[in-house]
Amino acid sequence: MAKETVLEMQHIMKIYSNGVVANEDVSLDLKKGEIHALLGENGAGKSTLMKVLFGIETPDHGKILLNGTETTIKSPQDAISKGIGMVHQHFMLLPSLSVAENIILGVEPRKKRFFIDMKQAIRSAKEIAEKYNFDIDVSARVEEIPVGIKQKVEILKALYRGADILILDEPTAVLTPQETEELFVQLEKLRDDGRTVIFISHKLDEIKRICDRATIMRSGKSMGTYNVNEISTSDMSKLMVGREVVLEFEKQPAKVKDVMLSVRHLDAFNTQGVQKVRDLSFDLHGGEILGIAGVEGNGQSELIDAITGLSKKYTGKIEIKGEDIKQDSIRDIRKKRLAHIPEDRMTTGCAAHLNIQENMFANQYTNPKYSGKVMLKSKVIQMRSDELIKEYLIKCKSQKQEVGMLSGGNIQKVIVAREFSTAPDIIIANQPTRGIDVGASEFIRKKLLEFRDAGCAVILVSADLNEVFSLSDRLAVMYKGNFSGVFTDVKSVTEEQLGQYMLGLKNDSENGGVSHE
Amino acid sequence: MSNSVKRFEAFRMFFAIVIALLISFVIIFLVSKEPLTAIYTLITGPFKSRRNFANVIEAMIPLMFTGIGVCIMFSANQINLAGEGAFHLGGLVAAVVALQLGLPAGVSPVVAILFSGLVGAVFTAIPAVLKIKTNSSILVSSLMLNYIALWFATFILMHFICDPGIGSASYTIPDASTLPTLIAKTRIHPGLILALACAVLGYVFLFKSKIGYELRLTGQNEEFAKYSGINIVKVVLISQLLGGFIAGMGGGVELLSPIYTRFSWTSLLGYGWDAIIICTLSKNNPLYTPLAALFLAYLRTGASIMARYTDVTLEIVQITQGIIILLVVAEQFLSKYKHKMIAKEAMASLKEEEVH
Repeated sequence: MAKETVLEMQHIMKIYSNGVVANEDVSLDLKKGEIHALLGENGAGKSTLMKVLFGIETPDHGKILLNGTETTIKSPQDAISKGIGMVHQHFMLLPSLSVAENIILGVEPRKKRFFIDMKQAIRSAKEIAEKYNFDIDVSARVEEIPVGIKQKVEILKALYRGADILILDEPTAVLTPQETEELFVQLEKLRDDGRTVIFISHKLDEIKRICDRATIMRSGKSMGTYNVNEISTSDMSKLMVGREVVLEFEKQPAKVKDVMLSVRHLDAFNTQGVQKVRDLSFDLHGGEILGIAGVEGNGQSELIDAITGLSKKYTGKIEIKGEDIKQDSIRDIRKKRLAHIPEDRMTTGCAAHLNIQENMFANQYTNPKYSGKVMLKSKVIQMRSDELIKEYLIKCKSQKQEVGMLSGGNIQKVIVAREFSTAPDIIIANQPTRGIDVGASEFIRKKLLEFRDAGCAVILVSADLNEVFSLSDRLAVMYKGNFSGVFTDVKSVTEEQLGQYMLGLKNDSENGGVSHE
Repeated sequence: MSNSVKRFEAFRMFFAIVIALLISFVIIFLVSKEPLTAIYTLITGPFKSRRNFANVIEAMIPLMFTGIGVCIMFSANQINLAGEGAFHLGGLVAAVVALQLGLPAGVSPVVAILFSGLVGAVFTAIPAVLKIKTNSSILVSSLMLNYIALWFATFILMHFICDPGIGSASYTIPDASTLPTLIAKTRIHPGLILALACAVLGYVFLFKSKIGYELRLTGQNEEFAKYSGINIVKVVLISQLLGGFIAGMGGGVELLSPIYTRFSWTSLLGYGWDAIIICTLSKNNPLYTPLAALFLAYLRTGASIMARYTDVTLEIVQITQGIIILLVVAEQFLSKYKHKMIAKEAMASLKEEEVH
């Protein structure tokens, strides 16, 4: 298989302005007509490498060769003109426009120079969709189509702009298992058509399934490029993580205690007033972890916001230890010993320009241990900060370092340290390990289990199915604002089954019963 | 913040000042017939005599008051420009109290300055309340309110405290209410001590007290503060009340100082705007406001001496100020250099890790 090399990245080094070395001497070569996996844990530097390739980031060192000649890629426009297309994890589509309009955006066919030739646009959009067998209604508005189709639109957008090299950044993260399979068939077609696909993922089975070669990255470095059929999944994971991964945690059976949190007939609305949670009822007991899986946007955020007091836009009843919290402020709710790891660590979870110490006491500075009537007790706070930095293995220069200068994993540890150091009875963990390195993820998961064993009630919302599977004592799937399924025997559930509930193909809430044995 | 980044920020500020001065010099060269004399006077003028240097210190005092006030308001990330109006009203209120209440010496200035502060506090809180109640932009409403303050003060002046013998100024402030001079043959007054005390207390408040901590959390990330359980409305209100109190006090102190004998402010004096540059130079930390105020006062005094003796006008300083603010606020200014420095540090620590 002596295919020609279309693109080479040599000795790429990229350091971000906060001092994080995202890529350290990484090289990558791509051949015509291959699906090339870029494999690595969250935070390994895959996305950064691709941002360099797509012209979003300028490398501090290294060069890029396109068809053998050295080139610099100044901007995404530049990358597109050189035949490189990228599909981001978060879609870059205009929801109020049609599929065809989105596809031609920026490269519209013109009529008399000043007018967009819409007929031609629809024709070309249709043509390109048919050519690659994408079953899409090009006149549908983007806001009305499901996630899986949106992704196809993104791919078509790149192809329409003449992409020979297509970068897909974790394309399956937002897809159900069924949609994933469909995507793979289409990617294979693109490969057979002579295009190069870069497939960013950390899911080994997917890489085994469709990729030809894989470049494995670990903490900013390349661990080498391998032919996928010559390397076993366990070797791949060793290279990726640096040691054997234990996905199964040693877990004591749950000792379920009293109800800590009860939700009854909850209808919750987002900031635009759209109803996102529909008539949801459940109980959460001390000593158990309730995992909530589901495609993003099915009401998880609104449920969490209602429980934690961030939003009062709900009807129905939420009780913490038997007390209704509707009239409670966020501080009142926190005083009931509720800890909350928020979904978005930078916008909600911390103040990036304040230092570690200042970030660690935002939820407990009113505690008489840490402040008097007017003044903060600086010395006590300082000592406690150092203790927490040690206990939570936070890598930093000192407690006076700005939080924004830390790596994602360490920022998350600061947040977790802050939330867990109040000895909570209820923990709401929303995507607690999203986008952080393996070490930190494992640490946080272990902490969650420790608290559960100590009798704490935990809600874990996560897009990482492995995580929900391995930690949950009960597993609920959220679909259109309700639990489409609740499983008490988590081990017996398969990913396919879960996928069907996530897609709403199966939905127990509609038939009345929601409990699964 | 790591030390090298801190050092870099200090260097960046210094560099901004140097560039701004150089540009001002170029302009002086372009417009003046005697550019070297002008620049020489600008720089050395303030040190030429005891009186000139005293002028620097006198000019520093109101700058510090409004600077500290704005530091506190801006720390909560509320771009409230009503400090200007608060200062103006502060002056008016001090004059009214001094003229109308007839309090005994010693008591009168204290009461007058306290009232100035209170009125200033209420005034700067108006845009904050408007924002909380109606979600109107604090920036726009505070800007407009300053003109209401100006014309309100002019109205009171003309109708209630005007000295008919003069026309557009109040009666003379009685001796019982004026502030004494601290140093003979200058007009340096106890306001200096009060301003320095405010700088220290402002620092302690912002960085050591509970409410100051809440205020900075809110200013840095409101979303995060809310999630942590902080009452944003309370924090915003307190910060604007306190900031306005200090700015208003500044107005009162200034009016009762030996510099003025009557209330005659029929246009805004601009200390509220100057506060923004003070605040920018001191990075929102009240403790650094004396330094920033000293620098600005020095530049101002130099410029006014220059304007007196040469053909360059006072306004040149406005240009210098503008450029400094632009360069300090522009995050991208010297950002490549900063990135290189950070990259170098990161690589060095990588090598260190390999050794261990």
